[in-house]
Amino acid sequence: MADKTCELFDCGHRACGGCGAALAARLMLKAAGTNCIVVSSTGCMEVFSTPYPENAWKVPWIHSLFENASAVASGIESSLKKQGRKEKVIVIAGDGATFDIGMLCISGAFERGHDITYICYDNEAYMNTGIQRSGATPYDASTTTSPAGSQSFGNKRPKKDMPQILAAHGAPYVATASIAYPNDLIQKVEKAINTVGPTYVQLHAPCCTGWGFESDQTMAIAKLAIETGLWVNYEMVDGEVTKAKKVVRKPVEEYLKTQKRFRHLFKPKTQDAEIAAIQAIADKNAAKYGIDIKLKKE
Amino acid sequence: MLEITEGSMAVAEAVRLCRPQVVAAYPITPQTHIVEALAEMVANGKLDADYITVESEFSALSACLGASAAGSRAYSATTSQGLALMFEVCFNVAGQRLPIIMTIANRALGAPLSIWNDQQDSISLRDSGWLQFYAEDNQEATDLHYIAYRVAENPAVQLPAFVCFDGFILSHTYEPVDMLTQGDVDKYLPKFAPTERLDAADPVSFGMYATPEYYLEFRYETDKTLKDAKSVIQAAGKEFGKMFGRDYSAMVEGYQLDDAETVIVAMGSICGTVKDTIDDLRKEGKKVGLLKIRVFRPFPSEDVAKALKDAKHVAVLDKNISLGAKGAVALEVKDALYGSSVPVFDYIIGLGGRDVRKNDIREVVALAEKGKGDQFIGLRKEVL
Repeated sequence: MADKTCELFDCGHRACGGCGAALAARLMLKAAGTNCIVVSSTGCMEVFSTPYPENAWKVPWIHSLFENASAVASGIESSLKKQGRKEKVIVIAGDGATFDIGMLCISGAFERGHDITYICYDNEAYMNTGIQRSGATPYDASTTTSPAGSQSFGNKRPKKDMPQILAAHGAPYVATASIAYPNDLIQKVEKAINTVGPTYVQLHAPCCTGWGFESDQTMAIAKLAIETGLWVNYEMVDGEVTKAKKVVRKPVEEYLKTQKRFRHLFKPKTQDAEIAAIQAIADKNAAKYGIDIKLKKE
Repeated sequence: MLEITEGSMAVAEAVRLCRPQVVAAYPITPQTHIVEALAEMVANGKLDADYITVESEFSALSACLGASAAGSRAYSATTSQGLALMFEVCFNVAGQRLPIIMTIANRALGAPLSIWNDQQDSISLRDSGWLQFYAEDNQEATDLHYIAYRVAENPAVQLPAFVCFDGFILSHTYEPVDMLTQGDVDKYLPKFAPTERLDAADPVSFGMYATPEYYLEFRYETDKTLKDAKSVIQAAGKEFGKMFGRDYSAMVEGYQLDDAETVIVAMGSICGTVKDTIDDLRKEGKKVGLLKIRVFRPFPSEDVAKALKDAKHVAVLDKNISLGAKGAVALEVKDALYGSSVPVFDYIIGLGGRDVRKNDIREVVALAEKGKGDQFIGLRKEVL
């Protein structure tokens, strides 16, 4: 069992107040414990945690490039195997590094079956470079490269389904989790680490700077994503969905209204058709993962 | 023991004797025979390494980076487009001071696509912080692998190295090669014992980012280390000579140099053709010599300047070109001779596998003697 009192991600790092990714790192290390080696991709987390000579990581840590964390992890795992060492190899990378630029390396590492755990902290855009859209950016989110304007409602495509892609590689364990549910997150990361073979956990990690909300609202917004069905917490074992968090769903407006990236859907006037399209995404998620709790009529 | 063997097989055997623990490679012509041979050795228990069949060259070197940081001796081989795909990783490996050895079966870069030999690939990574060794023949190609590991892993160096040998011309050619035994190599090459490694028992960090207050100093130290590696290379080459009879203490090698008026400067297999041509020219009474450059990084400027100080004409053969400028070797030689009155001429030759014959070398010598240079050799004017 994970020691939830251990703190291996040190305070004093340079993340924004209310950073979801920093919390994800802290929780992830509670699950991992000290017997691990962490590989980071380039990105916010790498930058805010390791400005030389300062360092927030109390475990062995390596960063090489933006897109090669899973290949570096492959080499580390291979090396440990030859040396008879037992440390767990964990990648932590943002959604840009995972969904987009690192796709080749991830696919290779998962196909080869390395015993690594890949954790994606998903804040749904390139935050480190100034909030540009990635393959993880949700439909209609306004980013600096998918800005809402007179001819646009923002990002034109829904999120890429990375968990399904990695499950299709034969990954024995794939899960999604959210910083809004820390115990669930820790349990899933722990399960991923203790499963032999390549495993993947995608963590929803709201970004107050990129999404446009007050820094004390991170947890509330993460929770609303789950409660509206726009983010689903589930587990896949050997490619089959075995568990999904059920909710009494709220309308998607409740989530969208909290963030500046969706402001154009409400001002200067409410864009009913666009909101309906986003509601349809949530409805589809709910049907696919069976997350709706049916309330009994009184 | 002397064996007639293909260059790639000889290199693979030398690599096996170096006992790499992790091999990660992606197939690309003309490197394939090396990595196929290593895979076979692993499959048959002759090499106790983990062989990672990566999905790209980019991942090959990235996996080696991880393996090396975790404390294993790591090896890869590539060429041309594969090396170009590794560009970003090459700088990163050197910056993280990881002593990975990579064989480069030198090949041209596209476009147009060419699988044939020149040295544009490794030369284009001259600024990346890797040591660069160039072999004239397959004996030298194998020996340089032992030396490269010994130098790279020296605690005073801790930098990666390319061992370059000309694709097809050497990699696919059968030559007699004196192979060392495992006992020989074990005596020459100590076990890999890095001063820092990724280890849960003693956590360290690799690859932190540097602000403007620190970046300059990191670059300074890497550059200084690479330059200071000259003495380590010389010592390792000398020790090799003492143990096995082939002395590699010199970073440059002269042939008929003492009284030479025209000196050709070259790297790699072309040196063989140059030597044969010099033999012919000497019989005709022409005082021509060769300065072979074995180590291109760190560049042995002082040795080059000393060897060329009395030459009347220096003719540099470049199997590469910095488009819009000159060949890379000529630029280094000119820099080494800056302030002297020795004229240096550059000849771009043998690109994309164009055969270089003795007559081409004769043409170069004649041009240099007339004071003409800085040109391509062997252009087919009818297709221009």
